[in-house]
Amino acid sequence: MDAPLLETPLAALHRKLGARMVPFAGYSMPVQYPAGIIAEHKACREGAALFDVSHMGQGTITGTDAAAKLERLVPGDILGLKPGRQRYTLLLTDDGGILDDLMVANMADRLTLVVNAANKGVDFARLRSALGEAVAEWPDRALLALQGPKAAAIMAPLCPEAAALPFMGAVEAACGGIRTLITRSGYTGEDGFEISVAAADATPLAESLLDAGAVPAGLGARDSLRLEAGLCLHGNDITADTNPIEAGLTWTIAKRRRAEWNFVGAGAVRAMLESGPPRLRVGFRVNDKAPVRAGCPILAADGTPVGTVTSGVPSPTLGHPIAMGYVQTPYAANGTPVEFAVRGRMVPGAIVPMPFVPHRYVR
Amino acid sequence: MPDLRFTKDHEWVLLDGDVATVGITDHAQSALGDLVFVELPEVGREVEAGEACAVVESVKAASDVYAPLAGKVVEVNQAIIDNPSLVNGDPTGEGWFFRIEPADVSAVAEMMDQEAYAAFVETLS
Repeated sequence: MDAPLLETPLAALHRKLGARMVPFAGYSMPVQYPAGIIAEHKACREGAALFDVSHMGQGTITGTDAAAKLERLVPGDILGLKPGRQRYTLLLTDDGGILDDLMVANMADRLTLVVNAANKGVDFARLRSALGEAVAEWPDRALLALQGPKAAAIMAPLCPEAAALPFMGAVEAACGGIRTLITRSGYTGEDGFEISVAAADATPLAESLLDAGAVPAGLGARDSLRLEAGLCLHGNDITADTNPIEAGLTWTIAKRRRAEWNFVGAGAVRAMLESGPPRLRVGFRVNDKAPVRAGCPILAADGTPVGTVTSGVPSPTLGHPIAMGYVQTPYAANGTPVEFAVRGRMVPGAIVPMPFVPHRYVR
Repeated sequence: MPDLRFTKDHEWVLLDGDVATVGITDHAQSALGDLVFVELPEVGREVEAGEACAVVESVKAASDVYAPLAGKVVEVNQAIIDNPSLVNGDPTGEGWFFRIEPADVSAVAEMMDQEAYAAFVETLS
C-alpha cells in the first residue's frame, strides 16, 4: 500500500482556493485551480503566476570547502560560483547518467540546493555519503515560484533587493517583512523568482503575493510552461540512463571541469563528448491537432523508427502540440520531417529549435 | 428532465427510439479540465460495451471514452472535434460525442439513473 501523501505548508490555502489536488512525488499537490490550466498558463505568460513548489528538496552544504566537495559530484563550476549567484547543474551516476538536475546558490556562508521532489531521498543520500555532515536537508521550508512578466512589479514593493537581482542572482532579504531567500530564476521561461521561506511564514507570504495580483497556478500549467520553454523534466526527458551530452546539456559541463574530468561519471561523459552522441534530445512541432505524449514512437519520413517522445503537450501559447524527445543523431537536424505513431495513426511533425516560446529572462 | 442514464466510466446515455446519444458527464469534463482535442469513432463502426472508442485530451493528459453499449455508431458530433471546449461548456447538450444503434436497447434501463450516478460520484471523493 502506498504511504499517505505528504502536504506542503500551503495545503490549507490550496483548498481555500479550490485547487484540485493530485498525488505527485509523494505529495498532495495542486494540479490546477478553478481557472484551469490554460488560464493559469496564460496568466504566467501575460501577467504573473504563483506556484507552490514546496515539495522540492531544499538543502545546504556548509564548510569552507563546500564548493570543492560538491564539485566531486557535479560537472558544474561551483568553485567559480560567486556569492549571490545561482547555477544549474547535474548530479551524475557513476556511469555518467543524470541522477537529478538541481540548482546551487552560493550564499557566502553556505551553498543552498534545490533538487527535484521525486529524487530528494536519493540525492541527499548520495550527497551525504560523499560529503558527510556538511550536507543537511533544510527542514520546515516552503518554496514559492512567482513567474511572469509582471513578477518583478509585484516583487518590487515587497522586496526591492529581490527585484534588483540579475537573472540567476540570489539574496537573503525580508519580503513583506518575512525572512526569505530569493533567487531570480524559475521553470517557465519567464522572468521571475523562487522564494524559499520558513514553513510557518509561507501562507502569509503567498497571500500577499496573490493580493498583489499573482494568479495561483498548479502543476499542470507548470509542465506546459516548462515544455514551451524547452526545459527538461527529470524522470521524463532526462533520467539516470541519459548522458548529459545526448541530452543537449553539454553547456552544463564547465570549461575547467572539461580539463580536469574529476567528477563522478566523468569517464562516460567524456567518452560521449569525444565519440559523439548516438541520439540527441530535440524539440518537435506537431503539424496536427492530435497531441503527442511521452512514450510515443517517432519515425523518419521513410518509416524507420528513429526515437521516442519524452514529453508532449498541446501548447497553449502556440495553439498546436509540441513535444520533446530523443532521435538518432543522423535525424536530429532542425527541419527534419518526422511522424509520430499516435493510436495507430501517423501524425506529421518536424524537428524545430527549442525553446518553443522565447525565454524572457531579465538580463 | 430527459431520462439520462450513466456508466461508472462517467458516460451518459440518452435513448430516443432505437438510437442512443452518448457523451461524458459534467463530473468527467470537470475532472478532465479544459479539453483541447477530441477523437471520435468512425460512423459504421461496431463497438462492444466497454470498448474504448473515443479519446479526449486536456493540456495534461489523454483519456479514453468507452462505448456504454454494444451497437453500431451511426453519427458523430463533428462540432466537438472543431471546438472541444463545447464538451466543457455543455457536456450533456451540445457536447455530445456519438450516437449508437444499440444491439439491445434494454441495456439502457439497467444503467444508473441521475440519482444513482450522483451517489456513485459521492463515493469517489
